[in-house]
Amino acid sequence: MTIATYILFAAIVVCALWTVQASIVRAALGLAVVSVLLSVLMFQMGAPLAGVFELSVCAGLITVVFVSTISMTARLDAEASKALRAVRAKRFRPAIVAVACIGALLWISSYARDVSPVIGETAETVREVLWGPRRLDLVGQIIMIFVGVFGVVVLFKEKREKEIGR
Amino acid sequence: MNNFWIENFRLVIITAALLFTVGLYCILVTRNMIRVLIGMELLTKAVTLLLVLAGAVTGRMAMAQALIITLIVMEVVAITVAAGVVVGAFRHTGNVSTESLDEAKG
Repeated sequence: MTIATYILFAAIVVCALWTVQASIVRAALGLAVVSVLLSVLMFQMGAPLAGVFELSVCAGLITVVFVSTISMTARLDAEASKALRAVRAKRFRPAIVAVACIGALLWISSYARDVSPVIGETAETVREVLWGPRRLDLVGQIIMIFVGVFGVVVLFKEKREKEIGR
Repeated sequence: MNNFWIENFRLVIITAALLFTVGLYCILVTRNMIRVLIGMELLTKAVTLLLVLAGAVTGRMAMAQALIITLIVMEVVAITVAAGVVVGAFRHTGNVSTESLDEAKG
């Protein structure tokens, strides 16, 4: 498990780096791969329900939203696309250096070395938590879902001919 | 289970910090609004990872999972509405650059 877990951590960071450097459609797919890897990690850490949510919602639904948004916006012509690709590669190159530097700094610093976590096993289930101490979260979630639905209806609707002619 | 994650606490923290750095870099460098949303997603992935770690280390995984589910719901709604804003901006200005929004007058 140890080596596989280390590979998983490395793969998450590499995929995230690839996500910011790749073209926009590939970036959306790279984000989905990061979500899939994160959900595998969640299963390993003992959070299966959160893993299922991450896999279905983040890797599935959000990828669909991104791909739909990309398809609804215009594609650049070949020349502009080539020029943008060159600029993008140049612009995101420091990201790799920044990530390597921050990773090395965190690794050698004393931060998180002397951590003594509080360990207290509880027999709560997710259902008990959601309907008990975090009940208010459900109200917030329902309100947010309604906000999302109304937001999508308002923002994605096509303009009527009358409004266009005005 | 807990011991493994306590021993590898620093590794998870560093991975989350790197994810956060990549996301923040993506937001700061790009001018494409869709890429900004992708950067935001990477930031939330880092936060999700930290929440799972907190649950695994403290043994309160049920609480951590409940918080993660709430986070994911909020994240989906925020991204969907933001995608609608991007499409609206594209219809208005003809591109998805953040610079084109400077000309917006409300």
